Amino acid sequence: MAKVFIYPINSLILADLVERFGHKPLTMMSQIREKVTNISLDSPPINITSEDPKLGLKYAAIEVPAGVRGRMALIGPLIEETEAAIIVENPPTNFGCVGCNRTNELMKYLIRSKNVPILEVKYPESDEEARDFVNKIAEFLSSLPKEKSEEEEKAEEEKPEEKEDKK
Amino acid sequence: MTETKNEEITKYIVISSDKVLPADAAMRIYESEFPVTVKETCFGLIVTGPKEDVTAVVENIRQLDKNHIFVKDRGFPAGDERRCRASRGGGPRPGFHFLREEVEMLPAIGAALDELEASESVKKKPKEKCRLKVSDLEKIIEAELSR
Repeated sequence: MAKVFIYPINSLILADLVERFGHKPLTMMSQIREKVTNISLDSPPINITSEDPKLGLKYAAIEVPAGVRGRMALIGPLIEETEAAIIVENPPTNFGCVGCNRTNELMKYLIRSKNVPILEVKYPESDEEARDFVNKIAEFLSSLPKEKSEEEEKAEEEKPEEKEDKK
Repeated sequence: MTETKNEEITKYIVISSDKVLPADAAMRIYESEFPVTVKETCFGLIVTGPKEDVTAVVENIRQLDKNHIFVKDRGFPAGDERRCRASRGGGPRPGFHFLREEVEMLPAIGAALDELEASESVKKKPKEKCRLKVSDLEKIIEAELSR
């Protein structure tokens, strides 16, 4: 199971297709969930701590707008664990957390400079384009290595210890 | 300090099917008696609850019409005050516009997944068992003898 970065980072279609073909999508929603449910502070709309702007500085300089750094504080950690990526060009609209084009440019630049397998496709506008879109994504995802899930890795790590104990 | 909820997750179930309605899916969840919160929406359902239960529920619902039911994670729990329109004075919630654009494309994506599945099943179809022809047997024997 490879960790696949998707752009647009909150896309329903991409997140579903990646999961459907047996990989893990890296999405904005999981990052937001950590912010709104895991931290014990409660400052709406999301729990921003003083550490977050510092985290964003790793990806964008202090001169760039604060919004870019704020977004990169969430997206940057995802890019670091990326093993493959699907980038969809010309998505119909980008609102909300992915509405900043500068962040989108920076995000795509960081992904492309990471030397991971990348599939770049155009957002479908007709039935035929949708067929191509799904086929290309399916082919790309099936070409990725089916790495072991975290649970399997943990189980394997535990096994040698058990063997040692028996000795 | 407020209580932390590590295992609580939320998922969108977006239904683009001809045979399953959001109400049918919601009824299926109520029948299954999983301890999850279900919110019915115009496009499908929002399900919140413990990770294992939500995953099981989602898989259950997906099987109703595999290629026409789509699932994605959601950050905020269902009915969260920070996102709920009731407490924000109406209007579409953040993220709705993009979801609406994608929902328009779902029938085509579903049809493409159907085709992909059909073509894969044709590829995987094993050869039917049949008797060995005498001519084929002769070829095998000749090949063996000529070694």
